[in-house]
Amino acid sequence: MKRIIANEQVCMGCGLCEVYCTVQHSKSKDLVKAYNKEKPRPLSRVRLEVSKPISFAIQCRNCEDAPCVTACLSGAMKRDAETGLVVHDKERCIGCWTCVMVCPYGALKTDVSGKVVAKCDLCMELETPACVANCPNRALTVKQVKT
Amino acid sequence: MPKYVIIGASASGIGAVEAIRNIDPVGTLTVISEEACPQYSRPMISDFVSGKATFQRMMCREDGFWKQNNVDALLGTTATGLNLREKTVSLENGREIHFEKLLLATGGKPFVPVMDGSDKDGVFTFTKISDAERLAEKLETARSVVVIGAGLIGISVTEALVKRGLKVTMVELQPKILSLLLDEKGSDIIENIIQKAGVTIITGQSVQRIMGKSDNDPTVGSVILTNGEQVKCDAVIVAIGVVPRTELVVGTEIKLNRGIVVDNHMQTNVPDVYASGDVAEAYDFTLNQNRLLPLWPLAVAEGKVAGANMAGKKTEYAGGTNMSSLKYFGIPVVSIGVANPKDATGYEILTRYEPEKELYKKIVLRDNVIVGITLVNDVERAGTLFHLMKNRVSVKRFKHEVISDVFSLAVLPASIRKDMCLGCA
Repeated sequence: MKRIIANEQVCMGCGLCEVYCTVQHSKSKDLVKAYNKEKPRPLSRVRLEVSKPISFAIQCRNCEDAPCVTACLSGAMKRDAETGLVVHDKERCIGCWTCVMVCPYGALKTDVSGKVVAKCDLCMELETPACVANCPNRALTVKQVKT
Repeated sequence: MPKYVIIGASASGIGAVEAIRNIDPVGTLTVISEEACPQYSRPMISDFVSGKATFQRMMCREDGFWKQNNVDALLGTTATGLNLREKTVSLENGREIHFEKLLLATGGKPFVPVMDGSDKDGVFTFTKISDAERLAEKLETARSVVVIGAGLIGISVTEALVKRGLKVTMVELQPKILSLLLDEKGSDIIENIIQKAGVTIITGQSVQRIMGKSDNDPTVGSVILTNGEQVKCDAVIVAIGVVPRTELVVGTEIKLNRGIVVDNHMQTNVPDVYASGDVAEAYDFTLNQNRLLPLWPLAVAEGKVAGANMAGKKTEYAGGTNMSSLKYFGIPVVSIGVANPKDATGYEILTRYEPEKELYKKIVLRDNVIVGITLVNDVERAGTLFHLMKNRVSVKRFKHEVISDVFSLAVLPASIRKDMCLGCA
């Protein structure tokens, strides 16, 4: 399984990870259109955490014993047996935010609809997740971890 | 002869099945459930009543969950007795099932106080899908409803009723609604929101009597409160809380307090017999003692621990605490641990209240460790605060940031960031 690792030593806090995550989760996949045309603006699932001089980006860790999966009231949050990733089924989500309450990383966000949760999907359709591919200082890298 | 037998197929039974199958994919496993329907989410029954969710959408695990997990699921079957010496469970149909490891995940049943007229047609409890189905049918003709109890269940059913256009009166014995979860201010915010939705809230009162439409009429027509006031209604929903379903255990050597007493492996005093979920008194890490905590996420977590131990993998339950996250009429509220210490001595309390945003944050500290979290209308950082609370991390160096908007993972001291493997490649 892939896990995205952040290195705060080289993170400049530029926020391009959030920008390219937003684009990747937009309909148009185009930066200008995603930011200016799509309403509501698509949501970045990675979050840049800043408390100067410290900054780093964080997204779902796909925890081994994921508290969000255990706590989910509706069964929307589950582990994909094949990939080992924690996946979220928007159709089943009831927006109770119980997963938000138990995620140490704050990696679960309120979707633009305000009604369901949104999380990092590791850009499964891409070889390298958008936040990693577009990090100008290689503060984000992909590591293979055992599931 | 099944190796594992689980009585109860809701949250805790499901958690146990998943844990057992993670470790032992082949050991024979029987689940006994009184309810004949597939596995579903009980917290979602209010969505069923409001019309937001069909039963299909309430299924909290994929179709064919039992089959996929190689479970012999005896659905629609009631367990009627335990013989601990012979290691058997007897069923209502006379069958006896032998077990090597047993899990009691029988859950809770609604608490209904003594009230004259509680046997009238139109009085409902609200914990199971069958309750919700019966209620939904009644609501086809009902116009006004009295909900007894303004806790988690009472408020969620009230919201469903409001969505269906019914007139609702909530009756709560405590002076404040949500008294187990929120302090006065938090309670006031939510009360205000519920009242704005057209609900009448009566606190400090209980229902002493349920009356018919007319004298001797078997159909609910009104309730009489303890102060004598009469409230007209077509239905009454009793949503005060649940009590453990311990009837199988009474009279056996299994140790029983209010619920079944378990150790930190979720095992009872009888070897090979485990208990978890609403029926068990599991560990509360805030109070540092075992107690009843009938909450869905904890029931799943406890079931997972029980299941792992049953399958031979020694696992300790880290504990839960009084915690819930819910949207009340659109406003997200998280409450964890000590919301409102009765005696504030020894506690430090940080609060932030912005009425125009209906925003309220309160962190209760003891010796610089978080012991209580209340977040109204901004719950985004709840999980990180909960992590600090659960791991008893001192927040001394950043305590003034925990309720501010600048709070983030980057605020945490380097040692904690390292423990959480943040920003350290």
